[in-house]
Amino acid sequence: MDFDTIAAISTPSGEGAIAIVRLSGPEAVAIADKLFRAPSNKALAAQTTHTIHYGHLEDPATGEVVEEVMVSLMKAPKTFTREDVIEINCHGGIVSVNRVLELALRAGARLAEPGEFTKRAFLNGRIDLSQAEAVMDLIRAKTDRAMDVALNQMEGRLSKLIGTLRQALLESIAQMEVNIDYPEYDDVEEMTRPIMLEKSKWVRSEIDKLLQTSSQGKILREGLSTVILGRPNVGKSSLLNSLVQENKAIVTEIAGTTRDIIEEYVNVRGVPLRLVDTAGIRETEDIVERIGVERSRKVLKEADLILYVLNYAEALTPEDELLFEAVKDMDYIVVINKTDLPQKIDLEQVQKLAGDKLLVTTSLIEEEGIDQLEEAIADLFFQGEIEAGDMTYVSNVRHIALLHQAHQTISDAIGAAEMEVPVDMIQIDVTRTWEILGEIIGDTADDGLLNQLFSQFCLGK
Amino acid sequence: MPQYEAGTFDVIVVGAGHAGAEAALASARMGAKTLVLTMNLDMIAFMPCNPSIGGPAKGIVVREIDALGGAMGRVIDKTHIQMRMLNTAKGPAVRALRAQADKVLYQQEMKRLMEEEPNLTLHQGIAEELVVEDGKIQGLLTQVGGIYRANSVVITTGTFLRGEVIIGDLRYSSGPNNQQPSIKLAENLEKLGFETVRFKTGTPPRVNSNSIDYSKTEIQPGDDVPRAFGHETTEYITDQLPCWLTYTNEKTHQIIDDNLHLSPMYSGMIKGTGPRYCPSIEDKVVRFNDKPRHQIFLEPEGRNTREVYVQGLSTSLPEHVQRKLLESIPGLEKAEMMRAGYAIEYDAIVPTQLWPTLESKQIENLYTAGQINGTSGYEEAAGQGLMAGINAAAKVLGKEEVILSRSDAYIGVLIDDLVTKGTNEPYRLLTSRAEYRLLLRHDNADMRLTELAYAIGMIKEERYEKFLAKKDRIEEEIKRLRSIMIKPNELTQQVIRDAGGSELKDGIRGADLLKRPEMNYDMISQLTASLVDLEDEVKEQVEIHIKYEGYIEKSLQQVDKLKKMENKKIPENIDYHAISGIATEARGKLAEVRPLSIAQASRISGVNPADISILLVYIEQGKIAKISV
Repeated sequence: MDFDTIAAISTPSGEGAIAIVRLSGPEAVAIADKLFRAPSNKALAAQTTHTIHYGHLEDPATGEVVEEVMVSLMKAPKTFTREDVIEINCHGGIVSVNRVLELALRAGARLAEPGEFTKRAFLNGRIDLSQAEAVMDLIRAKTDRAMDVALNQMEGRLSKLIGTLRQALLESIAQMEVNIDYPEYDDVEEMTRPIMLEKSKWVRSEIDKLLQTSSQGKILREGLSTVILGRPNVGKSSLLNSLVQENKAIVTEIAGTTRDIIEEYVNVRGVPLRLVDTAGIRETEDIVERIGVERSRKVLKEADLILYVLNYAEALTPEDELLFEAVKDMDYIVVINKTDLPQKIDLEQVQKLAGDKLLVTTSLIEEEGIDQLEEAIADLFFQGEIEAGDMTYVSNVRHIALLHQAHQTISDAIGAAEMEVPVDMIQIDVTRTWEILGEIIGDTADDGLLNQLFSQFCLGK
Repeated sequence: MPQYEAGTFDVIVVGAGHAGAEAALASARMGAKTLVLTMNLDMIAFMPCNPSIGGPAKGIVVREIDALGGAMGRVIDKTHIQMRMLNTAKGPAVRALRAQADKVLYQQEMKRLMEEEPNLTLHQGIAEELVVEDGKIQGLLTQVGGIYRANSVVITTGTFLRGEVIIGDLRYSSGPNNQQPSIKLAENLEKLGFETVRFKTGTPPRVNSNSIDYSKTEIQPGDDVPRAFGHETTEYITDQLPCWLTYTNEKTHQIIDDNLHLSPMYSGMIKGTGPRYCPSIEDKVVRFNDKPRHQIFLEPEGRNTREVYVQGLSTSLPEHVQRKLLESIPGLEKAEMMRAGYAIEYDAIVPTQLWPTLESKQIENLYTAGQINGTSGYEEAAGQGLMAGINAAAKVLGKEEVILSRSDAYIGVLIDDLVTKGTNEPYRLLTSRAEYRLLLRHDNADMRLTELAYAIGMIKEERYEKFLAKKDRIEEEIKRLRSIMIKPNELTQQVIRDAGGSELKDGIRGADLLKRPEMNYDMISQLTASLVDLEDEVKEQVEIHIKYEGYIEKSLQQVDKLKKMENKKIPENIDYHAISGIATEARGKLAEVRPLSIAQASRISGVNPADISILLVYIEQGKIAKISV
């Protein structure tokens, strides 16, 4: 049998100490060699089969070291699939294993379909006849599950965004096709190279944005890094407790992190929050001084969201204004706490300092306003650039890999347009981009173009 | 009606339109004793609609037919009144040749060719019933009681099957242009179990050229450069006739709006599905009512007639409304209408009932080609006719069947689309239907298909030898340009500057310099002191090959993947209903289409990748089972 090379994570998802990314197929070893550096610099292709090698994985695009790994090399035919197999043992944890799989996909592997390793094992005669039925059931079951996930994603923001991009591409393609198939129809605008170039550049910039948010996909899996900020005694601890009590804490302590940074995980209306450095907030009252401390600055800088707490019963202080200055370019929500006490704060002034940021008033002691705050957090999150569908981690990697491919093909189109290649050649890459984006949202129906053609243009030669 | 034995043939072709003519010629040329049976011998290769052949995608089909030894290309080369290469400003993949035909000359030339073909008998008669025994065709019976026996039969009945012409509220039983319809045969096919659909197509009015005021129109001349479809054509027609362009206007559209209730399209009288790519004028005005005008091309129907085809005005409105429409169009105010436009409804068989050889799945050795298979267009019909003729003859002669892949030819795309996906409107080829269109070009039809044509006996030794020599010259020249270095001397820089490029800093290989968008083959040839003067077709191949190497390479990689899937054959006797893992809908589709390969299976709509995986496992399981038994 003659197959391409596939890759997938072969350990169960979740927090194991070690995770394995497995590759199988004729290019498995070559792909691993693109990523893997042994201390000896010896290529895996030159090693004997069924051996294990220590080394590092590098991102070929940047040369950056990504992971410390052990790589098992098993050449065909004495392997599970009877093809060349590579198993990359990396640190457990969703982020690192994800990254490794992503690299493998970008280096030329294709994400395995559900049950595909087993299928290959069977097709290559590795598994005996009696297991065939089981293999088919397995494929069906796994596919159904994958389809459920795909369906969820169809309704998500990502699919809408991709849909918009595809529609824009489709309109250009249809216009181009009309120019080709009905060259004399003068009332269809000629699709010129500059128009093609402009559209392609726009699509690429949108894909860029999506790829940036793919690192924010990490946020979905890890939680939105959230800092509660404010002067002493404004109610930071109460806010933290309210959020944790209202919402089930997911993890209380992360092993392997520095003791004094304790992270609370909470799920606020579907938005996972990782409340960072809350230990620090609890222990130290002199927050303004702490802003000067390098480490705290770093924590602030890396935060995805800041909940900035002010005291309703006190006038604004220079320290408050200093904090406004510190969070100026970040996503934050102003929480004005202690509305159970008489107002002394100048709300107009706060609004002026906060600009277009959201203001929420609470009385945490009276348990008032917490709902509004949660709503504000959810709104900020769901309206933001961040993809918020119920994305599972495997399909996420698949999306990222496909987005990278789409980025490549649209870049090829742009390069060609700049090189003055004929438009219908440029269109080859534009069409490919449209198809790849279609794979992301599971829309591979090929009559889309013809329908577009006939609904958009009046034709008939 | 007493019956009599009228003769025995290897292959009988029913119908002599564009599909029938190619089928009959191909079958005879393959060496099969062939009969072509047609209602009216004066209507051979008749063009009931537009007087043109070729155009985007279709023109490439004509080139492919010619490369495979078919007739359409060489006949139109002798009988056109004008030729134009379209899309010349675009890349080589989409260039397309189109000819305006002299309809009558075209018919005469095709008839002559058929009459002169050894092995081919022409006979006027109407096929009424197929003789089928044990699921295999044995011959047919004509309206006068003639029994014709044959091993294979090809049916190419066009729009004749239960044809009905519709103009306004008038509807009558008829073939195109008031010929007899074919009703008994339609009933016979139904009885034999063929599933049919009702399609509709239409044609515009014709006017007398003498009554047209051409001063109000724009001239559309042919190309100055001699052009040809035929690979062997050496004589070119220089005396060309122009076409003319005018436009509809608000007044035209108002007339349509006012009379829409008289249109059989909108009154519900026409139930057949019409083609979206060739809408009637009433359809255009209704669906795109924001457009102030539509183009109308005035195309002469021939040299010896004054009849002019009013392209763009296809309609089934009543005749008096058609007259008003013509009057509203600049240049046609006083136009004398010679024939009114009309719509025609007809039976087509659902093409998924065919194998990719165009043989029926129900009845062995029975083939269908052309509009009966749900297509539209002379070229689409001719392409199918050719393949049906080749396969019908191959089967009789014990030769291997011929199936063109989607990566071989537009004809392959056409037939695969039909038999794999079916069609819910008259099917027309479009370049966008071809996923490997960069490989399926006008210029390389011979490169793609000559080997095959020679192998199956469709072209002669001499033509093949010429082809091989041409291929050698192309390969030699590509090799030469890949190795030769061009120095950055004054001449080189001058040539590059003149072409608008930036000067060389170092020496460069000829091929690499040719890749620059501003450079062409002749410039490189000048700089590399080529000793041989190559013919234009060779230069063109060299230039396209080198210039678009990257894109061609990418396409070839995709084709590689396709071929691997095509090589995974599905056993013919597979019982899809026994494969429980495949989704119910997909099982039904697979059982209907009965794909020959995994590639074909994966193109069926409603069959998803998981179903394909399971199918692969199932097939492999069967193989293992056989080996272990």
